[in-house]
Amino acid sequence: MSEPLIFHFDVDGENFTSAGQASTQVKKNLRQLGLSPDIIRRVSIAMYEGEINMVIHANGGTADVIVTEDYIEIILADKGPGIPNVEQAMQEGFSTATDSIRSLGFGAGMGLPNMKRYTDTMEIDTMVGVGTTITMYVYL
Amino acid sequence: MKISMIRDLLGAEVLCCEESLDNDVFSACGSDMMSDVLAYVKDQAVLLTGLVNPQVIRTAEMMDMKCIVFVRSKKPTPAMVEMAADDGIVMMASDMRMYDACGTLYVNGLIGTAVHV
Repeated sequence: MSEPLIFHFDVDGENFTSAGQASTQVKKNLRQLGLSPDIIRRVSIAMYEGEINMVIHANGGTADVIVTEDYIEIILADKGPGIPNVEQAMQEGFSTATDSIRSLGFGAGMGLPNMKRYTDTMEIDTMVGVGTTITMYVYL
Repeated sequence: MKISMIRDLLGAEVLCCEESLDNDVFSACGSDMMSDVLAYVKDQAVLLTGLVNPQVIRTAEMMDMKCIVFVRSKKPTPAMVEMAADDGIVMMASDMRMYDACGTLYVNGLIGTAVHV
């Protein structure tokens, strides 16, 4: 693989049912590239949690996955409300999700911690009222 | 434990991928919160849940799980069954409650070995 592979997805914020489709596709793409199951699982879980977050909190956004020989970069960008307190948002169990979201199995305050857990580095660039971009790396 | 034994112990109805009932699984977890399931990643092969929506199948798919058991008489939609079938995940439904279903599998040797990464 000499040139990086780039996968781009638009994440529909209106449809909780279809949330995760981009992560499913990325998982298939990474399998075709012959990457190890552990790497594929970590990337797809981190991206899946991010996708769910974008649908729950930000009315959708975009997801870009860049695969190089050395790493996989995942960039999730939205124009949602932003995160007022990132440190608080990173605490396991902290969530601003509604009861209706919890009834769907999410909003347990594990999304961002899980994303950090499964990636080697994670950066959150957020501004209230403007949006959030999360960049994660998994090294190969 | 063979997936067929899970079916027998829980008196469950198999909804798809019957051809995989002979496969072995070694651990399981039970939860209605998918983010909690996603936080533990040590080869959990079976998910027991009372939650019924497509994200259950996606969560199992992301975790490379082999079998989903819906407890408390919950029944997935045909679209969910189709998703699981496409992913090769055995899906079954049991009338047992979560506590009883998990306990039954546990005492018969299917333990939870999840490791919090």
